[in-house]
Amino acid sequence: MSNPILQVSGLTMDFGGIRALNKLDLDVHAGEIVALIGPNGAGKTTFFNCVTGIYTPTAGDVLMTRPGDKKPISLKGLKPNYVTQKGLARTFQNIRLFSKMTVLENVMIGRHCRTKAFILGAVLRNASTRREEQQIAEMSYSLLEKVKLADLANELAENLSYGAQRRLEIARALATEPHLLLLDEPAAGMNPQETQALIELIREISSDGQAILLIEHDMKLVMALSDRIYVMDYGKKIAEGNPEQIRTNPEVIKAYLGEDVDA
Amino acid sequence: MFSLKTLRTGVLISLWFVFLTFPLMVIKVDPLERIIQWRWKNALLVGIGTFLIYLVVQYLNYRKEHQPPAKVEDTKDQVSFIHKFIADPIQRKLLFGGLLVIAAIFPFVVSTYQTNIMITALMYVVLGLGLNIVVGMAGLLDLGFVAFYAVGAYSYALLNHHFGLGFWEVLPIGGGLAAIAGILLGFPVLRLRGDYLAIVTLGFGEIIRLVLENWSEFSKGPSGISNISRPGFLGMELSLEGSILYMYYIMIAFMIFTIFVVNRLQDSRLGRAWIALREDEIACQAMGIDKQKTKLAAFSLGAFWAGLMGVIFAAKTTFINPASFTFLESAIILSIVVLGGMGSIVGVIIGALVLILLPEYLRALSEYRMLAFGAILVAMMIFRPQGMIATVRRTYRFQKK
Amino acid sequence: MDYFIELFCSGLSRGAIYALIALGYTMVYGIIGLINFAHGEIYMIGAFTSFIVATVLSILGFPLLAIVALSGVAAAVWASAYGYTIEKIAYKPLRHAPRLSPLISAIGMSIFLQNYVLLAQTSDFLPFPELIPDFEFMEPIAHIVGSSDIVIFITTAVVMAVLTYVIKFTRIGKAMRATAQDRTMAMLVGINVNNIISATFIIGSALAAIGGLLIASHIGQINFYIGFLAGIKAFTAAVLGGIGSIPGAVLGSFILGLTESFATGYVSSDYEDVFAFSLLVLILLFKPSGLLGKAETQKV
Repeated sequence: MSNPILQVSGLTMDFGGIRALNKLDLDVHAGEIVALIGPNGAGKTTFFNCVTGIYTPTAGDVLMTRPGDKKPISLKGLKPNYVTQKGLARTFQNIRLFSKMTVLENVMIGRHCRTKAFILGAVLRNASTRREEQQIAEMSYSLLEKVKLADLANELAENLSYGAQRRLEIARALATEPHLLLLDEPAAGMNPQETQALIELIREISSDGQAILLIEHDMKLVMALSDRIYVMDYGKKIAEGNPEQIRTNPEVIKAYLGEDVDA
Repeated sequence: MFSLKTLRTGVLISLWFVFLTFPLMVIKVDPLERIIQWRWKNALLVGIGTFLIYLVVQYLNYRKEHQPPAKVEDTKDQVSFIHKFIADPIQRKLLFGGLLVIAAIFPFVVSTYQTNIMITALMYVVLGLGLNIVVGMAGLLDLGFVAFYAVGAYSYALLNHHFGLGFWEVLPIGGGLAAIAGILLGFPVLRLRGDYLAIVTLGFGEIIRLVLENWSEFSKGPSGISNISRPGFLGMELSLEGSILYMYYIMIAFMIFTIFVVNRLQDSRLGRAWIALREDEIACQAMGIDKQKTKLAAFSLGAFWAGLMGVIFAAKTTFINPASFTFLESAIILSIVVLGGMGSIVGVIIGALVLILLPEYLRALSEYRMLAFGAILVAMMIFRPQGMIATVRRTYRFQKK
Repeated sequence: MDYFIELFCSGLSRGAIYALIALGYTMVYGIIGLINFAHGEIYMIGAFTSFIVATVLSILGFPLLAIVALSGVAAAVWASAYGYTIEKIAYKPLRHAPRLSPLISAIGMSIFLQNYVLLAQTSDFLPFPELIPDFEFMEPIAHIVGSSDIVIFITTAVVMAVLTYVIKFTRIGKAMRATAQDRTMAMLVGINVNNIISATFIIGSALAAIGGLLIASHIGQINFYIGFLAGIKAFTAAVLGGIGSIPGAVLGSFILGLTESFATGYVSSDYEDVFAFSLLVLILLFKPSGLLGKAETQKV
């Protein structure tokens, strides 16, 4: 079996005296949907921030093997923009769109690290820059079609509804052509219909072969989509397995319900 | 519309301001002659003025509250008249052509004195557009913009004085040196958070000015450098009037060039990255944008423009000293950008023309110029942070699949 | 050795003045996270008010002690009134605006106040009445330590002690500390946050006004522009000590005062102001959290 796309080993993060992550291991393989769940404050978002370079982990390693590469590369300690460039894109739990830019432009920003034009290109607007701009706009538009926001392409992002803003975050992340897509609570704040639409959207993205790692509280979504599930509590991994195994795991039930079910 | 309660609050607020301004507005002392002057009229003026301002603010709030909230579909109607007007290509060409003709014949219709004022106004337009890249688009509050202006001006003054270099030779050098200064300063400071960046650039601006004042061997200190050459036209020395005319056309060409460049930057890959950076730095980095490089590009490009204008300033006045490069100069340029609309090209042009020309023509106002600039910065932030003319993002058209 | 002590003493009194102003910066920053750019102008207005009141009273023939007391009170009252009003007009409406908006508003306020004083009074330097006489008992050491240095130092020490008491032990001080730590939480436990913010501005402004009075009578002249430089220097001191930290502001002020004093005494006085600005730039670059401040972590 080939190397996993993402291989996290022994990831540890200390804030002052508090250990937010404790020797966490996690793999994601090509084409998989993996979910990371756990009670509030278990350290899930800290895990994302460590993987994407927003925090530098205290110990452990984050390795990525891109399709076609023989050897994995380490993402540990890289700045967030380099992590994205290497092929790892994320969305944010508390939506962070560029609110004064249009919906289309938000997605176009995602193309930034795959394109080149700089000051001279912008001013001279030569043939290659024009071609590049054309491609950026077209690809961004087709991504908007995928997340069903094409009609709103020229609206300001701040005018979108909540659910639409979450879908736009996904389109923006996809625009960076990631090998692995990280979704931070994509269904948070959505109503059941919106969640159902989101499940279908994630399935569609996954059917193109896109590997996905998601943090989520909505168990319906997690159980419907995930190939494998990791469960965290107090910064530690307490269980791992397929949805069926997790559903019946006493450790997990204990962590969520806060009582001993065996008794 | 104004209830009795509102009016009563208004009176109380007015009385508070009369009390507040009492020592400074009413009493004036001459400690040498030992005379006390009581200016009771001022107290009355403050009271009435405060009351009127209060009523205006109440009225505006009242109107804002009683307007139906804008829906998503309505946002297009809020686009300013100017932007709607130039959206049509024929109208745009007509407008630009008309403005160009007016600009071309302007110096022949008015006096040399007024042409001179117009040159100053145009310089501020370009300075405003330059700072607009840094503050308006990239969201970096640069309070030391005037330092780069000084770098350009002193480059020309010194190179002209010591080596006899001409205007056109120094123009790119001055811009280049300012851009290099921008990179050298920007490299360490652009890591800083927004408000610290503002203070550091302010400090840098003051350091440059103080060094120019104290390092007499280099800059001739507070007395400054005089007899700087005006730009020559094809090797000819021009008369005073001729050179003012020439300067005017140089500035017109320069402004058009600047508008062209800034307009192209605005809708480019880099321009989008600047605006995204202004909106949310963390999301920006997560989208693969190199924060440092993008900020540095904005910062040094702004500095480059300030440097170019510095060279032009030195050539126009033929005399410079450190007093021309105080923090207030940075504040004026910032007021232009804030009044016009951060990120908006049309707004900055109108902002510069209003702020520079109005006090020139209404002499009575010129005394209150800086007072007004301060008030504008506060009032704009509170009532209309998007500026007179809000920026409009480009719309794209696609074929539906 | 005498020269060294002389510089040391003038450095201490310089630092004491910076501390009075720096506290206003640091308290406001601690509570609403704003660099109150107009704070230097509050100090200037305090100095001007005390100048006007003191001159009027001396023309009317009041005794020196009454002049000192009344002009000090007037300076504190009016400066506080300005601080309170400025917060209500220029900062309160912007509490939820993007971070740079209140800063731009503060810069505008600062320019406005400078020009307001310039227009209402004069642009000339005005001679400030000598409020602190040369004490007789100081005679033997007068060539080393001036009487005003002593007065400045003692006044500052007393003011600091009172402030520490207020912040540590009174109800309002506790509410202030709570608000600085977590504004939302403070509101939830029933603290009137608006009042606390106003109180912070009032206290900070009164301290700056006392500083204004002391330094103006020490130097002997004032004009409308003195707030800019003093403001920047006090801000430097606050950042040096760690902005938001009250002991930090005091520590930073004394370090800045002493270094400035020694640098101008032993090196050169030409670059006195360049020194403060350079120090500011260097601290922000290498240790933006200052000596006693806490590093900020960004929430994602």
